Amino acid sequence: MKIFNTTSAAVGLAMTAMVTVAAPASATECIAPSNPGGGWDFTCRTIGRILSDLDLVEGNVQITNMPGGVGAVTYAMVANERPGDADLIVATSTVGITQIAQGRYPAPIDAMRYLAMLGADVGVIAVDDESPIESLAQLTEMMAADPGSLVTAGSSGAGGWDHIRLLMVAREGGLENLGDLRWVQFDGGTDAVTQMMGGQIDVVSTDMGEIAGFVESGDIRILAALSDEPIPAFPDIPTAISQGIDVTGYNWRGLYTGGDVSDEDYAAWVERLETLYNSENWQTAAVEFGLVPIWRGGDDFEAYVREQEEVMAQISRDIGIIE
Amino acid sequence: METFSLLAHGFAVALTPLNIALLLLGCFAGTLIGALPGLGPVNGVAILIPLTFAFGFDATSSLILLSSVYFGCMYGGRISSILLNIPGDEPAVMTTLDGYPMAQQGRAADALAISGVASFFGATVAVIGLTLFAPMLARMAIYFGPADYFALYILAFITIGGIAGVDPRKTLISALLGLMIATMGLDPISGIPRYTFDNYHLYDGIDAIVALVGLFAISEILMLLEKAAKDRAKPIGIDSWIPDFRTIWTTKWAILRGSVVGFVAGVLPGAGASLGSVMSYSMEKQASDKDDTFGKGDPRGVAAPEAGNNAASGGALIPMLSLGVPGSGTTAVMLAMLISLNVQPGPLLFERQPDLVWGLVASLYLGNVALLILNLPMIGIFSRLMMVPTWALMPIVAAVSFVGVFSISNSTFDLELMIIFGVLGYLLRKLDVSLVPLVLGLLLGGDMERNLRRAMSISDGDWGVLIASPISVTLYVLTVLFLGLSIWLTMRDHKRMQSRTMEG
Repeated sequence: MKIFNTTSAAVGLAMTAMVTVAAPASATECIAPSNPGGGWDFTCRTIGRILSDLDLVEGNVQITNMPGGVGAVTYAMVANERPGDADLIVATSTVGITQIAQGRYPAPIDAMRYLAMLGADVGVIAVDDESPIESLAQLTEMMAADPGSLVTAGSSGAGGWDHIRLLMVAREGGLENLGDLRWVQFDGGTDAVTQMMGGQIDVVSTDMGEIAGFVESGDIRILAALSDEPIPAFPDIPTAISQGIDVTGYNWRGLYTGGDVSDEDYAAWVERLETLYNSENWQTAAVEFGLVPIWRGGDDFEAYVREQEEVMAQISRDIGIIE
Repeated sequence: METFSLLAHGFAVALTPLNIALLLLGCFAGTLIGALPGLGPVNGVAILIPLTFAFGFDATSSLILLSSVYFGCMYGGRISSILLNIPGDEPAVMTTLDGYPMAQQGRAADALAISGVASFFGATVAVIGLTLFAPMLARMAIYFGPADYFALYILAFITIGGIAGVDPRKTLISALLGLMIATMGLDPISGIPRYTFDNYHLYDGIDAIVALVGLFAISEILMLLEKAAKDRAKPIGIDSWIPDFRTIWTTKWAILRGSVVGFVAGVLPGAGASLGSVMSYSMEKQASDKDDTFGKGDPRGVAAPEAGNNAASGGALIPMLSLGVPGSGTTAVMLAMLISLNVQPGPLLFERQPDLVWGLVASLYLGNVALLILNLPMIGIFSRLMMVPTWALMPIVAAVSFVGVFSISNSTFDLELMIIFGVLGYLLRKLDVSLVPLVLGLLLGGDMERNLRRAMSISDGDWGVLIASPISVTLYVLTVLFLGLSIWLTMRDHKRMQSRTMEG
């Protein structure tokens, strides 16, 4: 009888050890406000690894997963408990800013100091390869003239980033009442694309990275990339800007730190991240993950984030997501 | 024939020493992780991802390791279901229904052996399906629209009525509770918080694993505490430590049916292993529960869902590899890892990365055999767990539950939530309300709602969309047939009972 108890206890202990895969203690911590596996997790793990590879920080960067409320739990924790902790960086992206714009975080955007974006997934507008819609101009005309005739979809809910950037395109193309366009939420960009291939929906707005395989196989056609320059991997796909629709829709990946971090420490982080951005390590890792490396840091980035929040808040009001 | 030469090539990839070692390690670790309440395949796979990066394995080796953990978890999940009435992971809930009663009757070894063999066959059927039909099935699955998924969930829910409990009203209440809990959190369609009480921890909804461990493990501890206060619980005897192979043979049709049903559920992106095991169990009950033995320790009630959940796990790899659409939480994590290793899953994966795909397929065949060989001798050891007195066992269960749940999100909130669910589970069990419909509502309710609302968004509010496709109509016809059959069976049994009483 004794033996079995000890065995079970040993198994339990072994498991505990496995669960907390022990990282050596270090000062720097990167919090991914999600479960392992997603985009924020990738941001922390990759940036953490390269920071220590390049000796920009001492020792290893400790990665903590703190899921909850699409980042709200982490936001609240940093605002309340560690606003001045200069050793803490937190992964965020367009998704986090959307939540702030719609008032779903416990603190406003100026509760944090935004450090930099290091890369972005480019938004695209896609149709099935057999769709009668041949160009972005044709799509925007249809959306403006008869919005009810189209079913559009993407990986976010109504008022999420996939939806908002499509509405930005539609508004630029002449759609007045943004709420008239039908929007369907799917759990991911590929889900939406396969549903489009199955004939359930007409147009997909989502990130390029996830659906690139379908573009290469010719199952879907990209009408426009929502970026300043064509996507390096797909130079033949025209941008929306080149077709007269002045909209960009990056899903950027970046970092913030606490709102009480000193100017000195803030500047030091921005400098460290810029060194990281320019390294071969990051340029390769970002491309491998389907991102286009793009740098915006410091005050420049702060301004960009605030402007994006305003656009999002305004469109959210227009479609009745917030008051 | 081309398939076979590709598969032969795959075996050549899988049979390198490194890959064999990773395979065995993955199977063993997976079985352990799956067996522990709270830790499921998602955690297992997520825990091992940093390891694959740290050692710099290539994509094929990493995927072999993660898939063997995934399959290992599916095997392991049944162990605590059968022995402790605590599902090790989500799809293992159905195994508790007949597995635990079997263990209570001293037939733990039989139950474990049946589940091992059923898991083996289910997974093998899935891998054969993957070998032969993967690209074709993936092409067919894309025609399954939101309205069709909704019909599929309706079918699953209707069959619940037949699964659990004596009193249909209590089953209904339990299922409704589950559905209500599933609506908590940020509504994914509109982003509006629902039933979150302004608590950010509730924005992501209730993690099914946290609820599950609370409902089953913590409530079990409370039940035993109560019992122990009255009389000292005696350990349960075991009839035999060696499983009876004739009993296993009697479950052959259940295994076969379960495998097919599970595989189909797995191939559909977004349905996954939980739906696979639910459907397999309820179909089997309809097909063969002539003497009302299901839920009381019928070996077929263990065989069907185990074959079903393993077949579904294998099936879920089809949409993951050939469409890049994850069929479950675990495949979602694996997908993220593949992308970060610069492998783009999708329609071209089979052409571009034949080494990876066929190496994986071959390693799944090998992993299945390894798991069966690994698991059968362990039956003797595991079934002795039944002889551990409860005063020694329950503290360990409690400790493992807390560690497991805490490891998911490092959040003490989840621990509190788990305890709340434990108390809820205890109360419901005292009221004789089966927990299974609640769990099914919780597991399947979210997807059911989302698909209904997607269908309604597509049709702009026209309910006709729900019966507009031949697939959904077929599913509704099946649902009605199911309902009719179970009502007819109940009436027949009722009449027989009456005539027996009259004769008596």
